[in-house]
Amino acid sequence: MAATTTSDVRLIGAWPSPFVMRARIALNIKSVDYEFLQEQLGSKSDLLLKSNPVHKKIPVLIHSDRPICESLVIVQYIDDVWASGPSILPSDPYDCAIARFWAAYIDDKWFPSLSGIARAQGEEAKKAAIEQVVEGLVLLEDAFLKCGKGKAFFGGDTIGYLDIALGCYLGWIRVTEKMNNMKLLDEAKTPNLVTWADKFCGDGSVKDVMPETDKLAEFAKVLMAKFRAPPPN
Amino acid sequence: MRMGGSESGSDLKLMGTKLSPFSYRIEWALQLKGIHYEFVEEDLKNKSSLLLQLNPVYKKVPVLIHEQKSLSESLIILEYIDETWKHNPILPKDPLERAHARFWAKFVDEKLYEAANKALFSVGEAEQAKANESMAEALQLVEGEMMRLTKGKTLFGGDGIIGYLDIVLGWVGYWFKFGEEAAGLNITTDSTKYPAFVSWTHHFLQLPLIKNNLPTPGELLRVSRLVMLRCGKITE
Repeated sequence: MAATTTSDVRLIGAWPSPFVMRARIALNIKSVDYEFLQEQLGSKSDLLLKSNPVHKKIPVLIHSDRPICESLVIVQYIDDVWASGPSILPSDPYDCAIARFWAAYIDDKWFPSLSGIARAQGEEAKKAAIEQVVEGLVLLEDAFLKCGKGKAFFGGDTIGYLDIALGCYLGWIRVTEKMNNMKLLDEAKTPNLVTWADKFCGDGSVKDVMPETDKLAEFAKVLMAKFRAPPPN
Repeated sequence: MRMGGSESGSDLKLMGTKLSPFSYRIEWALQLKGIHYEFVEEDLKNKSSLLLQLNPVYKKVPVLIHEQKSLSESLIILEYIDETWKHNPILPKDPLERAHARFWAKFVDEKLYEAANKALFSVGEAEQAKANESMAEALQLVEGEMMRLTKGKTLFGGDGIIGYLDIVLGWVGYWFKFGEEAAGLNITTDSTKYPAFVSWTHHFLQLPLIKNNLPTPGELLRVSRLVMLRCGKITE
Protein backbone atom coordinates (compact mmCIF):
# COMPACT_ATOMS: atom_id res chain seq x y z
CA MET A 1 0.00 0.00 0.00
CA ALA A 2 1.46 3.34 -1.05
CA ALA A 3 2.25 5.72 1.76
CA THR A 4 0.06 8.82 1.78
CA THR A 5 1.27 11.90 3.54
CA THR A 6 -1.71 13.71 4.91
CA SER A 7 -0.87 16.93 6.62
CA ASP A 8 -1.73 17.03 10.31
CA VAL A 9 -3.43 20.36 9.63
CA ARG A 10 -5.96 20.56 6.83
CA LEU A 11 -8.39 23.32 6.00
CA ILE A 12 -11.51 22.74 3.93
CA GLY A 13 -12.42 25.98 2.21
CA ALA A 14 -12.72 28.06 -0.92
CA TRP A 15 -10.72 31.08 -2.05
CA PRO A 16 -13.62 33.57 -2.27
CA SER A 17 -14.93 32.93 1.24
CA PRO A 18 -14.14 35.60 3.84
CA PHE A 19 -14.79 33.05 6.59
CA VAL A 20 -12.21 30.69 5.17
CA MET A 21 -9.77 33.58 4.90
CA ARG A 22 -10.01 34.11 8.65
CA ALA A 23 -8.68 30.63 9.31
CA ARG A 24 -5.92 31.03 6.71
CA ILE A 25 -4.76 34.35 8.14
CA ALA A 26 -4.67 32.85 11.65
CA LEU A 27 -2.63 29.87 10.44
CA ASN A 28 -0.28 32.23 8.61
CA ILE A 29 0.20 34.37 11.71
CA LYS A 30 1.30 31.25 13.56
CA SER A 31 3.40 30.05 10.59
CA VAL A 32 1.52 26.76 10.56
CA ASP A 33 1.79 24.67 7.41
CA TYR A 34 -1.51 23.28 6.26
CA GLU A 35 -3.10 21.48 3.36
CA PHE A 36 -5.79 23.57 1.70
CA LEU A 37 -8.66 21.44 0.43
CA GLN A 38 -10.60 23.58 -2.02
CA GLU A 39 -14.33 23.00 -2.29
CA GLN A 40 -16.04 23.51 -5.63
CA LEU A 41 -18.95 25.91 -5.98
CA GLY A 42 -22.23 24.04 -6.17
CA SER A 43 -21.11 20.76 -4.63
CA LYS A 44 -20.01 19.74 -1.16
CA SER A 45 -17.33 17.12 -0.68
CA ASP A 46 -17.94 14.00 1.40
CA LEU A 47 -15.20 15.16 3.75
CA LEU A 48 -16.98 18.47 4.33
CA LEU A 49 -20.34 16.80 4.98
CA LYS A 50 -18.70 14.32 7.33
CA SER A 51 -16.65 16.99 9.16
CA ASN A 52 -19.42 19.56 9.53
CA PRO A 53 -22.67 17.60 9.58
CA VAL A 54 -24.47 20.33 11.56
CA HIS A 55 -23.95 23.27 9.20
CA LYS A 56 -22.31 21.66 6.13
CA LYS A 57 -20.30 24.86 5.65
CA ILE A 58 -16.73 25.99 5.16
CA PRO A 59 -14.29 26.60 6.73
CA VAL A 60 -13.56 23.40 8.60
CA LEU A 61 -10.18 22.99 10.21
CA ILE A 62 -9.12 19.38 10.58
CA HIS A 63 -6.32 19.03 13.13
CA SER A 64 -5.00 15.53 13.77
CA ASP A 65 -8.18 14.22 12.14
CA ARG A 66 -10.42 16.21 14.48
CA PRO A 67 -12.71 18.80 12.85
CA ILE A 68 -13.33 22.28 14.20
CA CYS A 69 -16.08 24.41 12.65
CA GLU A 70 -17.20 28.06 12.65
CA SER A 71 -14.59 30.58 11.54
CA LEU A 72 -14.22 32.55 14.76
CA VAL A 73 -14.18 29.35 16.83
CA ILE A 74 -11.41 28.12 14.52
CA VAL A 75 -9.39 31.34 14.93
CA GLN A 76 -9.61 31.07 18.72
CA TYR A 77 -8.66 27.40 18.54
CA ILE A 78 -5.60 28.24 16.45
CA ASP A 79 -4.62 30.89 19.00
CA ASP A 80 -5.07 28.40 21.86
CA VAL A 81 -3.18 25.53 20.26
CA TRP A 82 -0.22 27.38 18.74
CA ALA A 83 0.25 29.46 21.87
CA SER A 84 3.97 30.08 21.30
CA GLY A 85 3.33 32.05 18.10
CA PRO A 86 2.25 35.73 18.00
CA SER A 87 -1.00 36.20 19.96
CA ILE A 88 -4.19 36.70 18.03
CA LEU A 89 -6.55 37.52 20.89
CA PRO A 90 -5.59 40.32 23.29
CA SER A 91 -4.08 39.10 26.54
CA ASP A 92 -6.08 41.50 28.70
CA PRO A 93 -9.50 39.96 29.47
CA TYR A 94 -11.37 43.23 28.90
CA ASP A 95 -9.64 43.99 25.58
CA CYS A 96 -10.34 40.39 24.62
CA ALA A 97 -14.02 40.76 25.45
CA ILE A 98 -14.26 43.96 23.42
CA ALA A 99 -12.61 42.27 20.44
CA ARG A 100 -15.09 39.38 20.72
CA PHE A 101 -17.99 41.81 21.05
CA TRP A 102 -17.16 43.67 17.84
CA ALA A 103 -16.37 40.46 15.96
CA ALA A 104 -19.80 39.12 16.90
CA TYR A 105 -21.40 42.44 15.90
CA ILE A 106 -19.65 42.26 12.54
CA ASP A 107 -21.02 38.79 11.85
CA ASP A 108 -24.47 39.16 13.40
CA LYS A 109 -25.41 42.70 12.37
CA TRP A 110 -22.94 44.27 9.99
CA PHE A 111 -22.34 41.47 7.46
CA PRO A 112 -26.07 40.88 6.90
CA SER A 113 -26.36 44.58 6.10
CA LEU A 114 -23.55 44.22 3.53
CA SER A 115 -25.35 41.30 1.87
CA GLY A 116 -28.45 43.48 2.02
CA ILE A 117 -27.02 45.78 -0.64
CA ALA A 118 -27.00 43.05 -3.29
CA ARG A 119 -30.49 41.95 -2.29
CA ALA A 120 -31.98 45.48 -2.33
CA GLN A 121 -34.47 46.07 -5.11
CA GLY A 122 -34.66 49.56 -6.51
CA GLU A 123 -32.68 52.76 -5.96
CA GLU A 124 -34.31 53.76 -2.68
CA ALA A 125 -33.80 50.37 -1.08
CA LYS A 126 -30.22 50.24 -2.29
CA LYS A 127 -29.49 53.67 -0.89
CA ALA A 128 -30.96 52.68 2.48
CA ALA A 129 -28.98 49.43 2.50
CA ILE A 130 -25.74 51.28 1.71
CA GLU A 131 -26.42 53.79 4.47
CA GLN A 132 -26.87 50.97 6.97
CA VAL A 133 -23.52 49.46 6.06
CA VAL A 134 -21.78 52.81 6.34
CA GLU A 135 -23.39 53.44 9.75
CA GLY A 136 -21.96 50.15 10.92
CA LEU A 137 -18.53 51.08 9.59
CA VAL A 138 -18.70 54.37 11.48
CA LEU A 139 -19.28 52.37 14.67
CA LEU A 140 -16.31 50.21 13.77
CA GLU A 141 -14.18 53.30 13.08
CA ASP A 142 -14.89 54.35 16.65
CA ALA A 143 -14.09 50.85 17.89
CA PHE A 144 -10.84 50.96 15.94
CA LEU A 145 -9.75 54.12 17.72
CA LYS A 146 -10.60 52.65 21.12
CA CYS A 147 -9.09 49.19 20.53
CA GLY A 148 -6.06 50.14 18.49
CA LYS A 149 -5.16 53.00 20.82
CA GLY A 150 -3.44 54.92 18.05
CA LYS A 151 -1.64 51.95 16.56
CA ALA A 152 -1.91 50.48 13.05
CA PHE A 153 -4.36 47.67 13.78
CA PHE A 154 -7.30 46.84 16.02
CA GLY A 155 -4.87 44.45 17.68
CA GLY A 156 -2.21 47.13 18.15
CA ASP A 157 1.12 46.85 16.35
CA THR A 158 0.21 43.53 14.75
CA ILE A 159 -2.92 42.00 13.29
CA GLY A 160 -5.27 40.52 15.84
CA TYR A 161 -8.67 38.89 16.19
CA LEU A 162 -10.78 41.90 15.32
CA ASP A 163 -8.57 42.81 12.35
CA ILE A 164 -9.16 39.30 11.02
CA ALA A 165 -12.88 39.42 11.79
CA LEU A 166 -13.42 42.60 9.76
CA GLY A 167 -10.53 42.49 7.32
CA CYS A 168 -11.69 39.25 5.72
CA TYR A 169 -14.63 41.19 4.25
CA LEU A 170 -12.46 43.77 2.48
CA GLY A 171 -12.48 41.91 -0.82
CA TRP A 172 -16.29 41.82 -0.82
CA ILE A 173 -16.48 45.44 0.34
CA ARG A 174 -14.38 46.44 -2.66
CA VAL A 175 -16.49 44.35 -5.04
CA THR A 176 -19.66 45.96 -3.68
CA GLU A 177 -18.11 49.43 -4.07
CA LYS A 178 -17.11 48.63 -7.65
CA MET A 179 -20.46 47.15 -8.66
CA ASN A 180 -22.45 50.01 -7.16
CA ASN A 181 -20.01 52.74 -8.10
CA MET A 182 -19.70 54.20 -4.61
CA LYS A 183 -17.48 54.06 -1.55
CA LEU A 184 -18.35 52.17 1.61
CA LEU A 185 -14.99 52.86 3.22
CA ASP A 186 -14.88 56.60 2.84
CA GLU A 187 -12.09 59.02 3.77
CA ALA A 188 -14.68 61.48 5.02
CA LYS A 189 -16.55 59.17 7.38
CA THR A 190 -14.05 56.42 8.23
CA PRO A 191 -10.57 57.76 7.53
CA ASN A 192 -8.81 55.46 10.00
CA LEU A 193 -10.45 52.37 8.58
CA VAL A 194 -9.36 53.42 5.09
CA THR A 195 -5.73 53.55 6.21
CA TRP A 196 -6.17 50.34 8.21
CA ALA A 197 -7.63 48.52 5.19
CA ASP A 198 -4.52 49.13 3.09
CA LYS A 199 -2.20 48.09 5.89
CA PHE A 200 -4.26 44.96 6.52
CA CYS A 201 -4.28 43.89 2.89
CA GLY A 202 -0.54 44.46 2.64
CA ASP A 203 0.28 42.41 5.71
CA GLY A 204 2.39 39.29 5.24
CA SER A 205 -0.24 37.01 6.74
CA VAL A 206 -2.97 38.41 4.52
CA LYS A 207 -1.73 39.33 1.07
CA ASP A 208 -1.51 35.82 -0.38
CA VAL A 209 -4.99 34.86 0.77
CA MET A 210 -6.87 38.10 0.01
CA PRO A 211 -8.48 37.61 -3.41
CA GLU A 212 -7.94 40.27 -6.07
CA THR A 213 -11.00 42.49 -6.41
CA ASP A 214 -11.37 41.80 -10.16
CA LYS A 215 -11.23 38.05 -9.71
CA LEU A 216 -13.76 38.28 -6.88
CA ALA A 217 -16.04 40.53 -8.95
CA GLU A 218 -16.02 37.92 -11.74
CA PHE A 219 -16.87 35.26 -9.20
CA ALA A 220 -19.67 37.43 -7.81
CA LYS A 221 -21.19 37.67 -11.29
CA VAL A 222 -21.07 33.88 -11.66
CA LEU A 223 -22.65 33.48 -8.22
CA MET A 224 -25.45 35.95 -8.96
CA ALA A 225 -26.17 34.39 -12.34
CA LYS A 226 -26.36 30.98 -10.72
CA PHE A 227 -28.85 32.02 -8.06
CA ARG A 228 -30.86 34.64 -9.82
CA ALA A 229 -34.26 33.39 -11.00
CA PRO A 230 -34.62 33.52 -14.79
CA PRO A 231 -36.59 36.60 -15.96
CA PRO A 232 -40.29 35.96 -16.69
CA ASN A 233 -41.05 35.42 -20.34
CA MET B 1 -28.94 39.21 49.20
CA ARG B 2 -26.03 38.95 46.86
CA MET B 3 -23.64 36.16 47.62
CA GLY B 4 -20.65 37.35 49.56
CA GLY B 5 -17.65 35.19 48.84
CA SER B 6 -13.97 35.05 49.41
CA GLU B 7 -13.43 36.98 46.20
CA SER B 8 -14.66 40.51 46.03
CA GLY B 9 -15.10 41.85 42.56
CA SER B 10 -14.20 45.41 43.32
CA ASP B 11 -16.69 47.73 41.81
CA LEU B 12 -18.78 45.02 40.10
CA LYS B 13 -22.34 45.59 38.95
CA LEU B 14 -24.68 43.48 36.90
CA MET B 15 -27.56 45.12 35.08
CA GLY B 16 -30.21 42.50 34.47
CA THR B 17 -33.70 41.28 35.20
CA LYS B 18 -35.18 38.55 37.35
CA LEU B 19 -36.81 36.98 34.31
CA SER B 20 -34.11 36.99 31.62
CA PRO B 21 -32.27 33.68 31.17
CA PHE B 22 -29.30 35.61 29.79
CA SER B 23 -29.11 37.74 32.91
CA TYR B 24 -29.27 34.60 35.08
CA ARG B 25 -26.31 33.12 33.18
CA ILE B 26 -24.14 35.86 34.60
CA GLU B 27 -25.53 35.50 38.12
CA TRP B 28 -24.83 31.76 38.03
CA ALA B 29 -21.26 32.34 36.84
CA LEU B 30 -20.50 35.01 39.42
CA GLN B 31 -22.04 33.00 42.25
CA LEU B 32 -20.21 29.86 41.11
CA LYS B 33 -16.97 31.77 41.58
CA GLY B 34 -18.17 33.32 44.82
CA ILE B 35 -17.81 36.86 43.51
CA HIS B 36 -19.69 39.66 45.19
CA TYR B 37 -21.66 41.95 42.87
CA GLU B 38 -24.41 44.50 42.95
CA PHE B 39 -27.50 43.56 40.99
CA VAL B 40 -29.19 46.45 39.25
CA GLU B 41 -32.66 45.49 38.11
CA GLU B 42 -33.74 46.91 34.79
CA ASP B 43 -37.30 47.48 33.67
CA LEU B 44 -37.16 46.40 30.04
CA LYS B 45 -40.35 48.30 29.25
CA ASN B 46 -38.66 51.45 30.51
CA LYS B 47 -34.94 51.06 29.96
CA SER B 48 -32.66 53.22 32.05
CA SER B 49 -30.52 55.84 30.40
CA LEU B 50 -27.50 54.07 31.89
CA LEU B 51 -28.37 50.85 30.06
CA LEU B 52 -28.87 52.70 26.79
CA GLN B 53 -25.57 54.49 27.32
CA LEU B 54 -23.61 51.36 28.18
CA ASN B 55 -25.14 49.12 25.53
CA PRO B 56 -26.02 51.44 22.67
CA VAL B 57 -25.60 48.73 20.04
CA TYR B 58 -28.13 46.20 21.39
CA LYS B 59 -29.82 48.06 24.30
CA LYS B 60 -30.18 44.76 26.16
CA VAL B 61 -29.39 43.07 29.44
CA PRO B 62 -27.19 41.68 30.81
CA VAL B 63 -24.54 44.36 31.08
CA LEU B 64 -21.61 43.80 33.39
CA ILE B 65 -19.79 46.79 34.80
CA HIS B 66 -16.41 45.96 36.28
CA GLU B 67 -14.03 48.67 37.48
CA GLN B 68 -16.08 51.16 35.50
CA LYS B 69 -15.70 49.26 32.22
CA SER B 70 -18.83 47.76 30.74
CA LEU B 71 -19.51 44.64 28.70
CA SER B 72 -22.59 43.21 27.05
CA GLU B 73 -23.57 39.90 25.38
CA SER B 74 -23.87 37.05 27.85
CA LEU B 75 -21.51 34.57 26.18
CA ILE B 76 -18.81 37.20 25.97
CA ILE B 77 -19.37 38.20 29.58
CA LEU B 78 -19.06 34.54 30.64
CA GLU B 79 -15.65 34.24 28.97
CA TYR B 80 -14.56 37.53 30.54
CA ILE B 81 -15.56 36.31 34.00
CA ASP B 82 -13.72 33.04 33.42
CA GLU B 83 -10.57 34.83 32.30
CA THR B 84 -10.65 37.38 35.11
CA TRP B 85 -11.40 35.01 38.00
CA LYS B 86 -9.64 31.77 37.21
CA HIS B 87 -10.83 29.56 40.09
CA ASN B 88 -13.86 27.27 39.57
CA PRO B 89 -13.33 27.38 35.81
CA ILE B 90 -16.35 27.46 33.55
CA LEU B 91 -14.86 26.72 30.12
CA PRO B 92 -12.90 23.53 29.50
CA LYS B 93 -9.10 23.83 29.55
CA ASP B 94 -8.40 21.69 26.52
CA PRO B 95 -8.38 23.77 23.27
CA LEU B 96 -10.42 21.23 21.32
CA GLU B 97 -13.01 20.93 24.09
CA ARG B 98 -13.16 24.72 24.29
CA ALA B 99 -13.75 24.89 20.55
CA HIS B 100 -16.58 22.36 20.82
CA ALA B 101 -18.09 24.25 23.76
CA ARG B 102 -18.00 27.52 21.80
CA PHE B 103 -19.41 25.85 18.69
CA TRP B 104 -22.36 24.36 20.57
CA ALA B 105 -23.01 27.56 22.54
CA LYS B 106 -23.32 29.38 19.23
CA PHE B 107 -25.65 26.68 17.92
CA VAL B 108 -27.84 26.82 21.03
CA ASP B 109 -28.09 30.62 20.99
CA GLU B 110 -28.60 30.90 17.26
CA LYS B 111 -30.13 27.89 15.52
CA LEU B 112 -31.87 26.35 18.53
CA TYR B 113 -33.03 29.74 19.80
CA GLU B 114 -34.45 30.67 16.40
CA ALA B 115 -36.22 27.31 16.15
CA ALA B 116 -37.59 27.68 19.69
CA ASN B 117 -39.03 31.11 18.95
CA LYS B 118 -40.63 29.90 15.75
CA ALA B 119 -42.19 26.96 17.58
CA LEU B 120 -43.53 29.19 20.33
CA PHE B 121 -44.86 31.97 18.17
CA SER B 122 -45.94 30.42 14.89
CA VAL B 123 -49.61 30.70 14.06
CA GLY B 124 -51.53 28.27 11.88
CA GLU B 125 -51.42 24.49 11.81
CA ALA B 126 -49.07 24.05 8.86
CA GLU B 127 -46.62 26.63 10.15
CA GLN B 128 -46.75 25.12 13.64
CA ALA B 129 -46.03 21.65 12.33
CA LYS B 130 -43.05 22.92 10.36
CA ALA B 131 -41.77 24.91 13.35
CA ASN B 132 -42.13 21.93 15.67
CA GLU B 133 -40.15 19.81 13.26
CA SER B 134 -37.31 22.38 13.08
CA MET B 135 -37.19 22.57 16.86
CA ALA B 136 -37.19 18.80 17.18
CA GLU B 137 -34.38 18.54 14.62
CA ALA B 138 -32.27 21.18 16.34
CA LEU B 139 -32.80 19.61 19.75
CA GLN B 140 -31.97 16.21 18.31
CA LEU B 141 -28.60 17.55 17.19
CA VAL B 142 -27.89 18.69 20.75
CA GLU B 143 -29.17 15.39 22.13
CA GLY B 144 -26.82 13.50 19.83
CA GLU B 145 -23.81 15.37 21.16
CA MET B 146 -24.62 15.28 24.84
CA MET B 147 -22.93 12.00 25.74
CA ARG B 148 -19.75 13.05 23.95
CA LEU B 149 -19.70 16.58 25.38
CA THR B 150 -20.50 15.53 28.97
CA LYS B 151 -18.25 12.47 28.67
CA GLY B 152 -21.01 10.54 30.36
CA LYS B 153 -21.14 12.80 33.43
CA THR B 154 -24.32 14.34 34.75
CA LEU B 155 -23.35 17.87 33.68
CA PHE B 156 -21.03 19.43 31.11
CA GLY B 157 -18.62 20.54 33.84
CA GLY B 158 -18.48 17.06 35.40
CA ASP B 159 -20.60 15.09 37.85
CA GLY B 160 -22.57 17.72 39.69
CA ILE B 161 -20.19 20.39 38.39
CA ILE B 162 -21.52 23.28 36.40
CA GLY B 163 -19.70 24.26 33.23
CA TYR B 164 -20.11 26.62 30.29
CA LEU B 165 -22.60 24.56 28.30
CA ASP B 166 -24.73 23.94 31.39
CA ILE B 167 -25.02 27.69 31.84
CA VAL B 168 -25.73 28.16 28.13
CA LEU B 169 -28.40 25.44 27.91
CA GLY B 170 -30.25 26.72 30.97
CA TRP B 171 -32.89 28.56 28.95
CA VAL B 172 -33.77 25.38 27.05
CA GLY B 173 -34.08 23.29 30.19
CA TYR B 174 -36.20 25.75 32.13
CA TRP B 175 -37.52 28.83 30.41
CA PHE B 176 -38.54 27.11 27.19
CA LYS B 177 -40.50 24.52 29.17
CA PHE B 178 -42.88 27.23 30.43
CA GLY B 179 -43.15 28.79 27.01
CA GLU B 180 -44.09 25.36 25.67
CA GLU B 181 -46.68 24.86 28.34
CA ALA B 182 -48.20 28.28 27.75
CA ALA B 183 -48.27 27.71 23.99
CA GLY B 184 -49.75 24.24 24.33
CA LEU B 185 -46.70 22.46 22.92
CA ASN B 186 -44.83 19.43 24.17
CA ILE B 187 -41.43 19.12 22.54
CA THR B 188 -38.58 19.14 25.02
CA THR B 189 -40.13 17.03 27.73
CA ASP B 190 -40.20 13.81 25.71
CA SER B 191 -37.72 11.57 27.51
CA THR B 192 -38.07 8.83 24.93
CA LYS B 193 -36.83 11.17 22.20
CA TYR B 194 -34.36 13.17 24.27
CA PRO B 195 -33.17 10.94 27.12
CA ALA B 196 -29.81 12.66 27.57
CA PHE B 197 -31.32 16.12 27.47
CA VAL B 198 -34.09 15.28 29.92
CA SER B 199 -31.60 13.65 32.29
CA TRP B 200 -29.32 16.68 32.06
CA THR B 201 -32.25 19.02 32.81
CA HIS B 202 -33.07 17.01 35.91
CA HIS B 203 -29.52 17.24 37.26
CA PHE B 204 -29.10 20.87 36.29
CA LEU B 205 -32.26 22.06 37.99
CA GLN B 206 -31.40 20.16 41.17
CA LEU B 207 -28.15 22.04 41.75
CA PRO B 208 -28.59 24.44 44.68
CA LEU B 209 -26.80 27.20 42.72
CA ILE B 210 -29.43 26.90 40.00
CA LYS B 211 -32.46 25.98 42.12
CA ASN B 212 -32.01 29.10 44.23
CA ASN B 213 -31.46 31.33 41.22
CA LEU B 214 -34.43 30.89 38.96
CA PRO B 215 -37.70 32.71 38.45
CA THR B 216 -40.47 30.73 40.14
CA PRO B 217 -42.49 28.38 37.94
CA GLY B 218 -45.61 30.38 38.77
CA GLU B 219 -44.04 33.64 37.63
CA LEU B 220 -42.58 32.21 34.43
CA LEU B 221 -45.79 30.50 33.47
CA ARG B 222 -47.75 33.66 34.17
CA VAL B 223 -45.44 35.78 32.02
CA SER B 224 -45.33 33.14 29.27
CA ARG B 225 -49.11 33.02 29.14
CA LEU B 226 -49.30 36.80 28.97
CA VAL B 227 -46.90 36.85 26.04
CA MET B 228 -48.85 34.11 24.27
CA LEU B 229 -52.13 35.95 24.81
CA ARG B 230 -50.67 39.21 23.60
CA CYS B 231 -49.39 37.75 20.34
CA GLY B 232 -52.59 35.84 19.70
CA LYS B 233 -51.06 32.42 20.11
CA ILE B 234 -53.64 31.44 22.71
CA THR B 235 -56.97 32.90 23.71
CA GLU B 236 -58.19 33.44 27.27
